[in-house]
Amino acid sequence: MNKNLTRRKMLKTSTAALGAVAGAGLLKGFPAIHAADAPVIRYLGTAVNMGDAVQKRLFDDTGIKVKFIVKTTDEVVKTIFTQPNSFDIVDSEYFSMPKLVPSGNLLGMDTKRIKEWDNVTSAFTKGEVAGKKIGDQGTAPKKVMYLKGAKSKEFASEPTQYVTLIPTVYNADTLGIRPDLIKRPISSWAELLNPEFKGKASILNIPSIGIMDAAMVVEAMGEYKYPDKGNMTKQEIDLTMKIFTEAKKAGQFRAFWSDFNESVNLMASGEVVIQSMWSPAITAVRTKGIPCVYQPLKEGYRAWAAGFGLPATTKGRQADICYEFINWYLSGWVGAYLNRQGYYSAVIPTAKKYMEAYEWDYWMMGKPATADIMSPEGKKLASKGEVRDGGSYEARMGGVACWNATMDENKYMVRKWNEMIAS
Amino acid sequence: MMKLLKLKPSVGLLSIPYSLIFIFFFFIPLVLTFIISFWDYNEYSIIPDFIFENYSYIFKDCFNFEKDMCVTFKTYLSTFMFCFITWFFTLIIGFFVAYFLAFYVNSVTWQIVLFLICTIPFWTSNVIRMISWIPLLGRNGLVNDFLLYTGLTDIPQEWLLYSGFSIVLAFVHLYTLFMIVPIFNSMMRIDKSIIEAAYDNGANGLQILWNVIIPLCKPGIVIGSIFVITVVMGDFITIGIMGGQQIPSIGKIIYVEMSYLQLPAAAANAVILLALTLLIIWIMTKMIDIRKEL
Repeated sequence: MNKNLTRRKMLKTSTAALGAVAGAGLLKGFPAIHAADAPVIRYLGTAVNMGDAVQKRLFDDTGIKVKFIVKTTDEVVKTIFTQPNSFDIVDSEYFSMPKLVPSGNLLGMDTKRIKEWDNVTSAFTKGEVAGKKIGDQGTAPKKVMYLKGAKSKEFASEPTQYVTLIPTVYNADTLGIRPDLIKRPISSWAELLNPEFKGKASILNIPSIGIMDAAMVVEAMGEYKYPDKGNMTKQEIDLTMKIFTEAKKAGQFRAFWSDFNESVNLMASGEVVIQSMWSPAITAVRTKGIPCVYQPLKEGYRAWAAGFGLPATTKGRQADICYEFINWYLSGWVGAYLNRQGYYSAVIPTAKKYMEAYEWDYWMMGKPATADIMSPEGKKLASKGEVRDGGSYEARMGGVACWNATMDENKYMVRKWNEMIAS
Repeated sequence: MMKLLKLKPSVGLLSIPYSLIFIFFFFIPLVLTFIISFWDYNEYSIIPDFIFENYSYIFKDCFNFEKDMCVTFKTYLSTFMFCFITWFFTLIIGFFVAYFLAFYVNSVTWQIVLFLICTIPFWTSNVIRMISWIPLLGRNGLVNDFLLYTGLTDIPQEWLLYSGFSIVLAFVHLYTLFMIVPIFNSMMRIDKSIIEAAYDNGANGLQILWNVIIPLCKPGIVIGSIFVITVVMGDFITIGIMGGQQIPSIGKIIYVEMSYLQLPAAAANAVILLALTLLIIWIMTKMIDIRKEL
């Protein structure tokens, strides 16, 4: 619903903008040459982290307009395959790259045209945070970052000039809990299947992400240690699904969710007290005045990362506009906007310039808030004295255990996941 | 059709726009779905081929009776069950609502007013309608509050939500109107003098209902049943939300396959679902010849 709302708002704004442009043209008595010239970018993505403020700022700074094509993660991928010319720029997740790159529908992005490329966080380029290696199981961005050439359909193992996506945003995901209903500390992924929470647990029903959460749980329970959670063998998939099927049959889960809003409803209504959750969903529960914690767990986080790609056919002026847009995006204002939502910006130094010191300390350094922390929309997220769940950037991103993944046995995994749902 | 064209050119002409829509937006896509169900696929594309793998995959392990029932059979079994129960309740409720509207409400104005009231469930979006059950049936919902308050139970009843019960409840709530409309329509066509004649011949109320009204309502009942059954067979949103995504449906399997670009597999599932639904409708139309009755 949130998504629809923003989309509707977006439609309104863009229509209004169009009207204004047309009106201006009429007043001056000129044909709308300038209006036709004002570059418009068709932006394909989930747009969950994009608000009206971003569009406005973009237009003020660069004169570029954005038209959002809002779809779910899976639909974004489908659109790149089936209608590769229906958008100018795509906001996609790295774990889709093993599927997307061989299709040749995306352009290799030229890092020489990205001003802040050298400042892109090492979590993307090297798989390191503060000089320390972080978990790289699954489709870690560094594995699918570099291409052998601008038109290549193959990944390069060493850094090259061309990359699949220009990184923008990422985060470390974990379980969300209702501390007021659980009333004791939670410290392990294994708690998701703890019989204590029978009928009060939930997991997301998006196979490629759900399987990773499931694997974190299985490993935390001490049932099995995966060589690579993000690329399971058939036997490993069977084992994981068997454990979850048994739990499901025993009534462990209240529900599964596949839509952001469902997870908010489950948590806010108290139907569920522990579940896989995404960062903005926690915020949504909290802004209703209901306590909800994005619980750091000792086994680490499941991370995800997204970035901008261009269709393979992009060239000339169109490419110039898109690169200008990306450079603007990484120049700091949006980075601060993303950081304030609890995500992380791919270029940290520029984002810092646009954040207040107390905001920076709260969001990035893990220090207690010295003033009330507000969301970009001006809603209160945390009071003075509170500390961010999971603490600092280094503690959270440094604690990443695995990444959202596309497995070699993807087809088999989806099949088995469906079997679990049917059991 | 050819005969019609020869006899009355105007009839043939009049049917052209609809025929074109039917061909382009229904028949051709359906044929394509059927063709693609025999294609091969990989992570990012579909490959023209002629293989039965998509079908054999669906029925893999289904005829090995030593193991548990296979996913496909389990899913269809659960879908059939929801179909039957929903059909049963919508029929009973729909029939008597229509009966009341047709025979007890004498003024046309009131018939229209009450009829519009029946459409209230359709004033809001599908999703909102279903989410609004949570505050009612949930663990901390109104029904449980009431049960606990009156001491009827000591612990909150969990089967009220995210269960077979809540799915059927939502289906009946949503689709009873589909039963009411055609049955009401049939009832309005019944010549009141036939009922009077039955009365005069000494039939009691129950006999009139059973021997006169129900037989004359059969077309409406069959049309309503077709609506309800086809909708429930293909549903995955209601089952998903009301069942807490824990109860399988064929629609959901097709949806997941499509979102992972396994289009040929989804096509094969769709073909089977279509065949089964058509079979049910065929059986129903065998029981009653709608064309003749209309």
